[in-house]
Amino acid sequence: MSLFFIVALPFFGALLPGLMNAAGRAACAGVTFTVSLAAFIGLLTNLPSVLAGEVVMARVDWIPSLGLNFTLMLDGLGFFFALLILGIGLLIIAYARHYLSRDDNMGEFFTYLLLFQGAMVGIVLSDNVLLLLIFWELTSLSSFLLIGYWKHLPEGRQGARMALAVTGMGGLAMIGGMLILGQIAGSYDLSVILKNRDLIQADPLYVPALILILLGCFTKSAQFPFHFWLPHAMAAPTPVSAYLHSATMVKAGIFLMARMWPVLSGTPEWFTVVTTAGLATMVLGAVIALFKHDLKALLAFSTVSHLGLITMLLGTGTAFGAMAAMFHILNHATFKAALFMSAGIVDHEAHTRDIRRLGGLRRLMPVTFVIATLAALSMAGIPFLNGFLSKEMMLEEATHTVLFGVPWLVPALATFGSLFSAAYCFRLIGHVYLGPVRDDYPAKPHDPGSGLWLPPAILVVPVVAIGIAPFLAEPFVKLVTASVLGGEADVPKAYFKIWHGLVPALFLSVAAVVGGLLLMAVFNPLLRLWETTPRPEAKVIFEAIVEAAAWLSGKLIASLHNGAFTRYAAIGSVAIVAAGFHAWSTGTIALPTRTPQAAGPVPIAGWLMLVAATCGLVFLHRNRLLSLILIGIVGLMVSIGFVFFSAPDLAMTQFTVEVVTIILLLLALNFLPKRTPVESTVLRRVRDVGVAVAGGLATFALAYHYLLRDAVAPPISEFHLANSYKGGGGTNVVNVILVDFRGFDTYGEIIVLGIAALLIYALTETLLSGRVRARLLNRKPDQPQAGDMHPMMMVVLTRVIMPVVLMVGFYIFLRGHNEPGGGFIAGLIVSIAVVMQYMASGFAWASARLKYPYHGVIGAGVLIAGLTGIGSWFVSKPFLTSDFTYVRIPPFQEFELATAALFDLGVFLAVVGAVMLSLESFSRLARRENMPESEHPMDIDPSRDDPPPDEAGSAREAV
Amino acid sequence: MITASGLMDIAIVFAFVALALGQILCMVRVVLGPTTGDRILALDTMVINALGLVVVLGIHQGVQIYFEVSLLIAMLGFVSTVALARFILRGDIIE
Repeated sequence: MSLFFIVALPFFGALLPGLMNAAGRAACAGVTFTVSLAAFIGLLTNLPSVLAGEVVMARVDWIPSLGLNFTLMLDGLGFFFALLILGIGLLIIAYARHYLSRDDNMGEFFTYLLLFQGAMVGIVLSDNVLLLLIFWELTSLSSFLLIGYWKHLPEGRQGARMALAVTGMGGLAMIGGMLILGQIAGSYDLSVILKNRDLIQADPLYVPALILILLGCFTKSAQFPFHFWLPHAMAAPTPVSAYLHSATMVKAGIFLMARMWPVLSGTPEWFTVVTTAGLATMVLGAVIALFKHDLKALLAFSTVSHLGLITMLLGTGTAFGAMAAMFHILNHATFKAALFMSAGIVDHEAHTRDIRRLGGLRRLMPVTFVIATLAALSMAGIPFLNGFLSKEMMLEEATHTVLFGVPWLVPALATFGSLFSAAYCFRLIGHVYLGPVRDDYPAKPHDPGSGLWLPPAILVVPVVAIGIAPFLAEPFVKLVTASVLGGEADVPKAYFKIWHGLVPALFLSVAAVVGGLLLMAVFNPLLRLWETTPRPEAKVIFEAIVEAAAWLSGKLIASLHNGAFTRYAAIGSVAIVAAGFHAWSTGTIALPTRTPQAAGPVPIAGWLMLVAATCGLVFLHRNRLLSLILIGIVGLMVSIGFVFFSAPDLAMTQFTVEVVTIILLLLALNFLPKRTPVESTVLRRVRDVGVAVAGGLATFALAYHYLLRDAVAPPISEFHLANSYKGGGGTNVVNVILVDFRGFDTYGEIIVLGIAALLIYALTETLLSGRVRARLLNRKPDQPQAGDMHPMMMVVLTRVIMPVVLMVGFYIFLRGHNEPGGGFIAGLIVSIAVVMQYMASGFAWASARLKYPYHGVIGAGVLIAGLTGIGSWFVSKPFLTSDFTYVRIPPFQEFELATAALFDLGVFLAVVGAVMLSLESFSRLARRENMPESEHPMDIDPSRDDPPPDEAGSAREAV
Repeated sequence: MITASGLMDIAIVFAFVALALGQILCMVRVVLGPTTGDRILALDTMVINALGLVVVLGIHQGVQIYFEVSLLIAMLGFVSTVALARFILRGDIIE
């Protein structure tokens, strides 16, 4: 099967469990299992070529200009990991089917699990480091969802957040490292990078790249000092812990170290950093694990310890170390997943994971006992089980490793770690399964159905088989090792066998096991000692760091971004004026090339009124209604000015926007005090006046200078004028710019407009469903109300004028491409026509006659505009390429059809929807308790039979 | 002897001056008040005067498209007046 399918199957399959949720739990798990099985079989079909030593490749160019290609590669190492991911994944899915209770949403769980599986397979098969990074981040995200699957548990949410923060941070660092590596090698393809060992190791940026990549690996694989997130991630359901936190995800970091082994390893930096981190993690994890009372916490820390062991082996940089690491990955995945699953069984049956409350389960749960004991003994390093073999190889490698010039350091620490490792394994067996049967378990434990114990049992088979017959695993491990080494070193000749003779590693192994037994004998005093020793609590430190970072960001934001618009405007104006002044005083200014036109009395009158209205606005702005009237005058004069300067388009737009603005502001003013209170000090107001005067004068000076001179460079308007009809098929250049030349901008703008309207809606809805609702409903009008609510004159007038306005809007829309007009103006005109009906007959009456919700209108507009743009893809043109043609349908004259008109329709709908939605949201806020909801368009209607509700009406007004 | 076009020019200038004067007087009313109602009425009159200005401007410059601007002003100019009037009468403009 093509590699693409193996990666894509889990992703596409992730859609299925959610859909199958209604069909029942068995169907849901069944479909997940089938998807995984298909990918697994697909992987196996590639086995012959992998065994033959070939590298299977699949390649599709994605964004070649960035060096990002969808390139997949399957070699021994990738096959090994993919086998673990998909194979153990199958067992986990079967196990989870029986583990999750009926209260858990199984579809959600399996969707996340398949997403994770796909991302993980993607990591191990990627041949492009950028692609690998994408999958890397995807595993962080999907594991976040899986850890936090039990959303009702605070531990789950906190653990998920911690895991995401730590692994996400590492991922960020790794992006940097990978980019450096790609720059050095000149390609982001792994197969190229892996061949450039000398070039990369000689580069001065090698050390930064190494540190950054290792940060990513160490955070993901829970290496010291980033080990603390893994135990907290154990709040996840046990199948997740078994899958992500023992067998697969935490091995991603190790996978990457192995993958990068040929280019990164072998240098002193690599050796020191990786070996030290691994050794520290191994010892620390083992010691902490011994004293954990939670069964899963014990296993979590033991996982940390074993990951450290593997890291240390990779750090040695020798071929034998790499082989031992690969062998231990295999062994650890089998016994640890089995142990997690058995811990899950104990939790599931006894309803507790606290070791102090367990014991004697051997008689009550014999099957689980056998599984857990075999796996735990393997972890302890007991002969005839697979853990013994790789642990002995580790000790063998340790005796040859010299760190910091001290020959005994590594062997001693490795043995010390193994000793504790053996001890916690014995504790697991002894304190959970052996001992007397108790009678105070939270629930009566018994062996579960085969659905729960069969998956771990299957995993125990290779534990025993490899342990007894090591030669079974040898060819495969050597194949994997060969692809790790990548030709940089020869695969070691050493055979896998139980008895190597009386070698030092054997003595160390025996010492570890015996020491472990001795530790168990003195466990109780040791525990008391441990509990009295003070030690740092990782979670507290992490929370403190997060708190401190949040506090610091808050401080930074509060000082830079305090929400006062006056401050931003002042800083902006002063900066712009200063920059402009600098340019003016240092640059050269050409002589004026134009002469000012003489001004007639009428323009001067208009100008005087504009000035008067603006000055009045400045002095009267505290009276809000008055300032609205003055703004109306300013708008009117500006519109006339546009006409005077031959820009009827702008005049129409300005005028309609003016009307809509007044309505919107009046709706808002209903909730505001009628006067603006004095809030700022005199000093501050003086400062603001200074800034405003400087900004205004500077703008005037710039405009005056510019109007008297020609532009330095030819403006783009020449191009627009020349190409408007030729390229865009329209003679109205303004409209062609909007829908064609700058169509993409317009598309973005209508989306922004729609979002803004939806936000207004969301905010008012939140107000109406919150605590403010009661206050809004019981609000009393702040002034005496006069007259009718819905006067007959207004109703009749707006009804008569509505079709006229709609027709004008339609006309202006259609004509827009060639003459002034277009979708934007038409949208505003139509909105005003509809708002008139709201004002005349009231909110309730108009809403009852509303057929399409305004959200839908906005969406339809954006969709139509977008689809018009996409349409040009079908003729192999870039997004939003427009086309036009002429048609003639008798009896009409020949007319033009342009795709731009369809785009304009989208603009039109988005504008109508956005304007109406914001107006409607505001007026929704004004609904009050006991408002008469009339079905009639007007209050007094002589044509109605029923008498006008005079008494009731006056009683209403008195409220 | 005054020609037809000459008479037209005089008429246009007269109309311009009259409308501009009207606008300024409306402005005076906006400033003096005394009630908000007076000011709103003044604004409404200014819209009508502006309509006249656009029409005369169209005749003067001989541009047809200006009449559509005046059409829009005539059709929708009253809406803001009505909204302002509703606001001072009822507080809530959409009830």
